[in-house]
Amino acid sequence: MAIIMYWEALQRAHDEELARDPLVIVMGEDVGVAGGTYKATKGLYDKYGPERIMDTPISENGFTGLGIGASFIGVRPIIELMSVNFAWLAMDQIFNSAAKVRYMSGGQLTAPVVIRSPGGTAHQLGAQHSARMEKVFMGVAGLRVVTPSNARQAYGLLKSAVRCDDPVFIYEHELMYNMKGEVPDGEYFHPLEGSEIARAGRDITLFGYNISVHWCLQAAEFLATHHGIDCEVVDLFSLSPLDRAGIKASVSKTHRALIAEEAEAAVGVGSEVMAIINEECFFELDAAPVRVSAKNVPIPYNHTLEKAAVPSSKDIVHAVLKMFGKS
Amino acid sequence: MKPADKKRVLREMLFARRFEERCYEAYVERKIGGFLHLYPGQEACAQGVMEAARPGHDYVITGYRDHIHAIKCGADPKAVMAELYGKETGSSKGRGGSMHIFDVEHHMMGGYALVGGPFPLAAGIAKGLKMKGSDAISICFLGDAANNQGTFHETMNMAKLWNLPVLFVCENNLYGIGTRIDRSTAVIEQYKRVSGYGIPAAQVDGQDVEIVYDAAKIAVDHVRSGKGPYFLELMTYRYRGHSMSDSNAYRGKDEERMWSKRDPIIILRDRLIEAGAITLDDYKAMDTEILDQIENDIIKFAEQSPEPVVAELEKYVLAENDPYVRPQTNRGAH
Repeated sequence: MAIIMYWEALQRAHDEELARDPLVIVMGEDVGVAGGTYKATKGLYDKYGPERIMDTPISENGFTGLGIGASFIGVRPIIELMSVNFAWLAMDQIFNSAAKVRYMSGGQLTAPVVIRSPGGTAHQLGAQHSARMEKVFMGVAGLRVVTPSNARQAYGLLKSAVRCDDPVFIYEHELMYNMKGEVPDGEYFHPLEGSEIARAGRDITLFGYNISVHWCLQAAEFLATHHGIDCEVVDLFSLSPLDRAGIKASVSKTHRALIAEEAEAAVGVGSEVMAIINEECFFELDAAPVRVSAKNVPIPYNHTLEKAAVPSSKDIVHAVLKMFGKS
Repeated sequence: MKPADKKRVLREMLFARRFEERCYEAYVERKIGGFLHLYPGQEACAQGVMEAARPGHDYVITGYRDHIHAIKCGADPKAVMAELYGKETGSSKGRGGSMHIFDVEHHMMGGYALVGGPFPLAAGIAKGLKMKGSDAISICFLGDAANNQGTFHETMNMAKLWNLPVLFVCENNLYGIGTRIDRSTAVIEQYKRVSGYGIPAAQVDGQDVEIVYDAAKIAVDHVRSGKGPYFLELMTYRYRGHSMSDSNAYRGKDEERMWSKRDPIIILRDRLIEAGAITLDDYKAMDTEILDQIENDIIKFAEQSPEPVVAELEKYVLAENDPYVRPQTNRGAH
């Protein structure tokens, strides 16, 4: 079990899949000669050449559509969108072509593309480089959405996404590429559906995904140490589809739920998880579920305002204490 | 075009005309729903290009006016009509409809309903063909109005940059929905618009199938020989409105009359009659035969085919039993 950085895990998954299958290609802005904005494709251009590691023009809808078209005849493109904010420009091809082609062709055509993109609030990147768009993608039939919270998932989800016959959107985070974690030495395929218990607990379930899993884990440690509250942390690495059975199982055990998300609350992961709890295990609840979400603002530049706009582990701690009548 | 092929080409264009006219009737009878975009007037475009290409081998992608392109690839007209009827026997099992005719076996990669959407998809197919070392080419049929989308410019740039084997066929019928080209487009002659990307291009009469064929032959040979993309503009006209919900109020009767004198089927028919290759009676017999085939074979098949079952509503959304999806229970991790 090697301890490597999140970006190294992604790079290794790319490298292995490129070495295995000559029809795997990588496309995106600066993925080739420059080695990738977050190094996920470092060294691959020299190894596999420009036909397979394609530095694209800054034409997100165009090159995403081109990758989707190539996937129609057996190519397996891994498309990197430099920032999820740029994915808005590629929505037409992702939604109208990739997500719908299997259905509207009656199962004749599939678009097995992988689209990777980092999002989220990093270091004062301003409103147009700090968006969180997972909620937009997870509402579309025909598209899988996964979001790795650690290096092992980053490696294993990318490996599975390349081999899966469905289009898969992998939502990464700009602050997580240097995060270290254990990755199996041998090949590892992380399932594209389900959830994981990142920390077992009895008193309340904290649902997180991607970076918010870490906020939940920090909050859980604090609450255990200082308040004797034993939190379970469930990592929703698959946002579409969400793991109904896993959500139900955990809430049925702890009887309380909190969802932590970096995005604005409206029409989001939290609202969806709450709906699933209502549908699957409402009568197991001892308290109304709670969301910890971002403020409903474009992310401001100013450091203090930026921090105030997105939640943190402290916000989770406060919300849990309030639920337990301790604040 | 070889003289021996001309009679077949005439028959196929007449078939395309009668097929679409019958779709119109079925729409009026409410047998066909949704949007319906018909091809009469433009027959020489798909016909001439596909005569020069290798149907079933080359890959075709287009917009929503797609029935005839699919048939030209080799799709069974019965399956196309059944699709319009929304039947399980339709080319997309009734899930696609008029705007989404697919026949992947014959390399008809689909009709797409977002104007300009197929441009990058076509270039992507070409990228795949190049990677595989195939001698097939990718052919993208779209209308003039698609060239005002960003995808046009993004794709032309990439297609030339990467020297992809893709032929762009612009069927310039002068209207984007109900807006005439000179009211929507700064440069009217579409072939000129790709010069900024260094792509060779030509503009020819799209109403004369022999002219289309000759121009398409040059275009197809260029692309197949590995020289990269090519853009072929065909000047044509659609007799019907943009779709069935179109009143045609935006254009004059004089203009319609003028174009009806340049009908692609009549042009070829009269030429063959003049050359003594057929008689007017031969043509009439051909027409009767086609109408019979459409009624007794194609429409009957569509009418008698079963509806999709609601139990299969959610089929084809995602891959079934994909081994990399394997739902795990969340027990036991860590």
